[in-house]
Amino acid sequence: MLGISGPAPGRAAAAPTIRTRRGLSQRQIEELTAYLFISPWVMGFLVLTLGAMVFSLGLSTFESDLLSETKFVGLKNYASMLDEPLFTKALTVTFFYTFLTVPFATVIALVIALLLNQSVRPLGLWRTVYYLPAVVSGVAVALLWGWVLNPDFGLLNQGLALLGIRGPRWFASEEWAVPGLMLIALWGTGTNMLLYLAGLQSIPTEVQEAARIDGAGSIQVFFNVTLPLLTPTVFFNVVMNIIGSFQVFTNAYVLTGGGPNNATLTMVLYIYREGFMLFHFGYASALAWVLFAIILVFTLLIVRSSTVWVYYEGGLRR
Amino acid sequence: MSVTNIAGASTAVRTKHGLRLSYIGARVLLYTVVLVGAVLYSLPFLWMLSTSVKPGYQVYKVPPEWIPEVWNWQNYVLPWQNLPFATFYTNTIVITVTDILAMLASSSLVAFAFARMRFRGRDSLFVVLLSTMMLPGQVTLIPIYVLWSKLGLVNTLWPLIIPSFFGGAFNIFLLRQYMMTIPLEYDDAARIDGASWFQIYSRVVLPMTAPAMGVVAIFAFTYHWNDFLGPLIYLNDTNNFTISLGLQLLNSRYIQEIQQTMAQTILAIIPVLVVFFTAQRSYIQGIVISGVKG
Repeated sequence: MLGISGPAPGRAAAAPTIRTRRGLSQRQIEELTAYLFISPWVMGFLVLTLGAMVFSLGLSTFESDLLSETKFVGLKNYASMLDEPLFTKALTVTFFYTFLTVPFATVIALVIALLLNQSVRPLGLWRTVYYLPAVVSGVAVALLWGWVLNPDFGLLNQGLALLGIRGPRWFASEEWAVPGLMLIALWGTGTNMLLYLAGLQSIPTEVQEAARIDGAGSIQVFFNVTLPLLTPTVFFNVVMNIIGSFQVFTNAYVLTGGGPNNATLTMVLYIYREGFMLFHFGYASALAWVLFAIILVFTLLIVRSSTVWVYYEGGLRR
Repeated sequence: MSVTNIAGASTAVRTKHGLRLSYIGARVLLYTVVLVGAVLYSLPFLWMLSTSVKPGYQVYKVPPEWIPEVWNWQNYVLPWQNLPFATFYTNTIVITVTDILAMLASSSLVAFAFARMRFRGRDSLFVVLLSTMMLPGQVTLIPIYVLWSKLGLVNTLWPLIIPSFFGGAFNIFLLRQYMMTIPLEYDDAARIDGASWFQIYSRVVLPMTAPAMGVVAIFAFTYHWNDFLGPLIYLNDTNNFTISLGLQLLNSRYIQEIQQTMAQTILAIIPVLVVFFTAQRSYIQGIVISGVKG
């Protein structure tokens, strides 16, 4: 590695004048070394990203368990989705989860950030408390919430009982399982909160004070000054939340396995079932591409709409 | 100090005394709301902690007792006799540590070239790198699984380790952005002194990139420590399980022993919490930087 990259001592200084004395010029050495340095990523990209994508696209036109039989079926995997009730179910569940979670997560994170931005002291402590759930993730969170939302002995339903409310059956009921998943997401919304807080702190107070002097009330200041200046952060969070919500998996897998009666069968869980439990690798690949397409469409829609509702201080080139 | 949103009504009050009162009232209200919210956010943790030290017969008591009369520490120990938790932790540590080191080495080298060297196709390759960040993992999940399976590496730890040696698009991006802020004069000076490009990378730029490397290390740590889908797909043999799979196994096998599951869940999240609290500054900075610049 050092062989090519190390120019002989004293040569670096002479380089700009002498271009090609013996073999390679300094510029060529620099270029070759750079290619060597980026080669880990290039190899990874060619095999694990580009190669994998091409293979996946090809595989989605086959009926294959990759062991016994592989049969070319054209677009049948895509066409047969429409007749597959589980596909419709998975799509419905994923959309329901996403459009329930993203707005609530956005508003709650924003409200927490606004509260903490009112020079609450000690800020570090409060911020840590609200952010901590986001640090923990994966199976630990799923198991914790499975117990918190236990219909008979869980924390939430016992708390509701104190208020005289009979809590829902959460993961044991078809209607309340997805809202249960949403609660977990809301608890872990700390990353959004941090970004909103950073966004709020970067807004110069002069702007808000100027509006106040002009006679604007607090609510007017918030909706006409603070919120517009915060829209780039809102935009970023909403995009990331949508992408993340469309791919929810661990909580559903650990808590319900997709049940009851497929009420929490998310798209990724469906892909996992078809691919790694039923070994329908072709069909599962097709499903993955459909999910990708859906995520892409929604991301593009938000990016497109952003010209209307996102305010960039630097202005936007049209 | 600016008056709060909640204190908005205060502007209507004219007298100095009245303004002061409503200001205090607003502060009290604000702190109450913040406190109630904080309690709500912390309760699940406390509930887990309380359950983890209860003997089995106390777990299903209605109404629940937050502090049990008898503390049953056995919940922390007993599962280790039924399932190989020591192995789960060893596997997780092996995977996580190797991944962090490999990710730091590969991503920083690639980032260095993108940030500080001239080569044809650099900018278009960088756009390609950025666009790979948008690709959801599910699309490549099956082909990569097929690849490891053809190589005979399914049911080993390798599929969870090797990819880190190729760097991660997001980490490369983060490190590159950070390296761009270091003046190029350092490189020129080192070159005049006869340093090779690798020496400039390792001796000059890398030491100055330490804060960003810390952020990458923390992200890699939390990701691999908590990863579930990867281990779920690649590891079949209990002796290869990571702690995520171990917890899931404990939960599915001893489902009625929720107090043991809670105790083991606490043990599993302690390393994450320790890392968070020791590196809280760079942790939060990392989140903010990646959010603002990403």
